[in-house]
Amino acid sequence: MKVTLLDYGAGNVTSVERALQRLGAESQRATTPECLGSAEALILPGVGHFAALIRALDERGLRAPLLEALDRGVPFLGICLGLQALYDSSDEAPELHGLQVFPGRIQALPGTVKLPHMGWNQLHLAGGSRLLQGIAPQAYFYFAHSYAVTANGTAHSLATCMHGSEFVAVLERKNINAVQFHPEKSGAPGAQLLSNFLRLAA
Amino acid sequence: MTLAHRIIPCLDTDGARVVKGVNFVGLRDAGDPAVLAARYNAEGADELVVLDIAASRDRRPTFLETIRRVADQLAIPLAAGGGIRTLDDARAVVRAGADKITVNTAAVGRPALISELFGEFGAQAVVLAVDAKHAGDRWEVMVRGGRDATGLDAIAWARQGVSLGAGEILLTSVDRDGTQRGFDIPLTSAIACAVSVPVIASGGAKLPEHFAEVFRDGGADAALAASIFHDSVQPIRGLKEFLAARCIEVRLPC
Repeated sequence: MKVTLLDYGAGNVTSVERALQRLGAESQRATTPECLGSAEALILPGVGHFAALIRALDERGLRAPLLEALDRGVPFLGICLGLQALYDSSDEAPELHGLQVFPGRIQALPGTVKLPHMGWNQLHLAGGSRLLQGIAPQAYFYFAHSYAVTANGTAHSLATCMHGSEFVAVLERKNINAVQFHPEKSGAPGAQLLSNFLRLAA
Repeated sequence: MTLAHRIIPCLDTDGARVVKGVNFVGLRDAGDPAVLAARYNAEGADELVVLDIAASRDRRPTFLETIRRVADQLAIPLAAGGGIRTLDDARAVVRAGADKITVNTAAVGRPALISELFGEFGAQAVVLAVDAKHAGDRWEVMVRGGRDATGLDAIAWARQGVSLGAGEILLTSVDRDGTQRGFDIPLTSAIACAVSVPVIASGGAKLPEHFAEVFRDGGADAALAASIFHDSVQPIRGLKEFLAARCIEVRLPC
């Protein structure tokens, strides 16, 4: 199996590639709609501004083929902005539509704490996560973001994190998986999570 | 469950090799950056900074290759800087594998550089390095490796940098740098209180107690050091255990 990385120009595509290489997984970059048609497993890396990701997906005509792939049941992992992109919209760029796979709006974390939320934090587990299998409950993951999905009543959230407010850290629904942190930068627990995704996708 | 305080080793390079020395005088070789990076990654460093202190144009390709070699070794974030003057410089550094870009002298000369980096990469990728030196009743911003005074007030400059889009301040005390007398706590505390973004304290670290102080009293979110880690004077694992025993939140491997 070959993992397809959606390459819309995000800074962390290379890091994700390196992390997959270390796990012995083959990957290829997809920059055109055609590349998504035959994808066996998809990763949407992302870091930076919501608008940059959404605009790049639309300019490159990747939105429709990506949604089709999700409907087809292609195993998917969204990272950081790749999680946020799955929702209706974001306060970071209110004029744009997200992928609308999940309902709701991405909101800024509260100004009562230092932002960006940058560094290593622990998760609050809801239990039953496939991505977190075999990972110690007290493991730390690396976060770098200022916006997030409020945890309140969000379906399919299997782990949350706390920074000023509680937000969604791990999301799983059928073939669709997403994490707010950066597994490619999260040491051994991050590598385990990516390896769990590869196993799910195989 | 709170954000852990980060311990960040810094690799000062001449482009290709890690070097040590104060103010570019008596530089001596401290090893291969990729070898040190692999060691720190394994020892539990939370992040790594790689700086090109020579920052000369003709050495650029060598430094980019160094970033690639270092990034290959890391499963933790990497910040890189030294001589970044334009958006294109920053793009090259990010393409080589850096997660964050550190700017210093060029941003003082042209603050719009910070906004340009923010616009392209986001606040989480823009680290403003502020080298501050005590001057009367305030701290003055120094550039060119701490050699030239700018007349800028360090607190005002840090605030301006954040308003332009910097997501983190890498604060170095020029007075303490290389002294091993501990971090400048009043300086760190003044900057940490003045800005809404994380602050990395740097300059003067030697003992574990120095790190405890800068987290507890200085309000730092991360602490950076170079030679004490390169020479194994202070192993990272032992430092973190010391901090954890004093109820300072750090990331210990599970």
